[in-house]
Amino acid sequence: MSMKRKCDKCDRLATVHSVEVTNGKKIEKHLCELHAAEAGLADPALESPVNQLLNQFVQLHSTGKPPKTAACDECGMTFAEFREHSVLGCPHCYTAFQAALAPLVERAHGGATHHVGKVPRRAGDSEQHQQRIVQMRRRLEDAVAQENYELAAKLRDEITQYEEQSP
Amino acid sequence: MSLQGMTGHGGEWLRGTGPQSDVVLSSRVRLARNVAGFPFVNRCSRRQLHELLERCQQEVMSGRLGQRVLWMDLGTLNQMDRHWLVERHLISRQHAEGGEDRPRGVAVGEDETFAVMVNEEDHLRVQVLRSGLQLEQAYQHVDEIDDQLESRLAMAYSPRWGYLAACPTNVGTGIRVSVMLHLPALRLTGEIEKVQRAARDMQLAVRGFYGEGSEASGDLYQISNQMTLGHSEREILEKFQSKVVPQIVSYEQQARQALLRQRPAQLDDQVWRAWAILTHARVLGADEVLVLLSHLRLGVNLGRLTMVDVRTVNELFILTQPAHLQKLAGRQMDQMTRREARAKLVRERLGVVAGGGEVGQQGA
Repeated sequence: MSMKRKCDKCDRLATVHSVEVTNGKKIEKHLCELHAAEAGLADPALESPVNQLLNQFVQLHSTGKPPKTAACDECGMTFAEFREHSVLGCPHCYTAFQAALAPLVERAHGGATHHVGKVPRRAGDSEQHQQRIVQMRRRLEDAVAQENYELAAKLRDEITQYEEQSP
Repeated sequence: MSLQGMTGHGGEWLRGTGPQSDVVLSSRVRLARNVAGFPFVNRCSRRQLHELLERCQQEVMSGRLGQRVLWMDLGTLNQMDRHWLVERHLISRQHAEGGEDRPRGVAVGEDETFAVMVNEEDHLRVQVLRSGLQLEQAYQHVDEIDDQLESRLAMAYSPRWGYLAACPTNVGTGIRVSVMLHLPALRLTGEIEKVQRAARDMQLAVRGFYGEGSEASGDLYQISNQMTLGHSEREILEKFQSKVVPQIVSYEQQARQALLRQRPAQLDDQVWRAWAILTHARVLGADEVLVLLSHLRLGVNLGRLTMVDVRTVNELFILTQPAHLQKLAGRQMDQMTRREARAKLVRERLGVVAGGGEVGQQGA
């Protein structure tokens, strides 16, 4: 009978198992993907996107620094800037830095990986919808900076309209 | 409704009533929220900050929050008034200082039980304060305010991470639950370490009277949750209400009983010395007054001294702060003048000025 076993370090399902013998002592490890990655035990046979993200995370940790190129494609914040000030630049940063951020967030929240609790009434405003508005706002900023007020006015109307039609 | 009208007394949360109010001064619940479609505050352009400020102001002032609301634009409010708001726990120190002239504001409910900060670290920080241990009531109220705001403003949210906050330590529920505890007996018996340890074990933060980085002056400690992801608001509240707070309150009560049993003379000595100094001093420092008020409060709570009620003592913790003294006087004062004003205010509030021939003596 096979029991589903929990990760040694958190409540998720253990997917990586290892047995080591050190100094005549047998050490068993049962870890979830994330903690396995942290312990350097990720299964190389797996080529899932999750695994690629994990590899990226292991890389980040092994060099101690994120790749210099890691920047949020919405607001331009780099991961290094985030580490320095501890604040992200925009909601999309959570997606842009997911691989590097997830383990940090988990550690800060006692191993929690998902939100439990209140859901906004307007949860219908999907992430894509929210992101689209951010993009439109950025175009608006550019238009104002270039003193193209005609375009700015048009964009402003579009934003208002788009905001009102929640999916 | 004005700032001036609020100056002469403490907020509703200082009433000194409510469950466990001999140890639990106040309960606070705050939510961090960001309006969808904008970058977080630190990445917003000035124009966007103004737009957010205007939209949020419109919502909080719409009359839907159930009571009259006072709006303060912190970009234009003078420094003394901003510090006054910090002393009353209506805004954070960070919000008062707030990167020079960053467009930002705060809405305060008439009875000061709630405050909504706009453009602090997050677009919206909504807090509710209650006297004594009333976390459940505080949460209900903050949840209602949040519902109201949310019905008109879409909030940044993702199914995985929950409410998205600028700092990932606030992501998820965005909730910070805290209680302000008065723990003089644990300090007198040298057991305050016990609380620090217990809090650490339960992964809670312990701070002083004025939050992050402030020392625990006047034996006042703020205990709050640090984790906001993976547990529902109710679970976090429940843990606080039924586990964390009762445990610490019982430590303090045991310590108080131990003092009464084993060292009643020393206890009374502390209490009555505090009373003697507070009712006679002509010059009082800001830290000194907190220490003395703490001893006095302990004496009042244990019924060793009955000439003053606990609300008066609670209010003095706030009213003797620098910005409060200056606003009461209606002018700026240097440190020495403040010390004199502080001593006078304390004597007045403790009801001992009138018979003392105060004016005549000072003139001599």
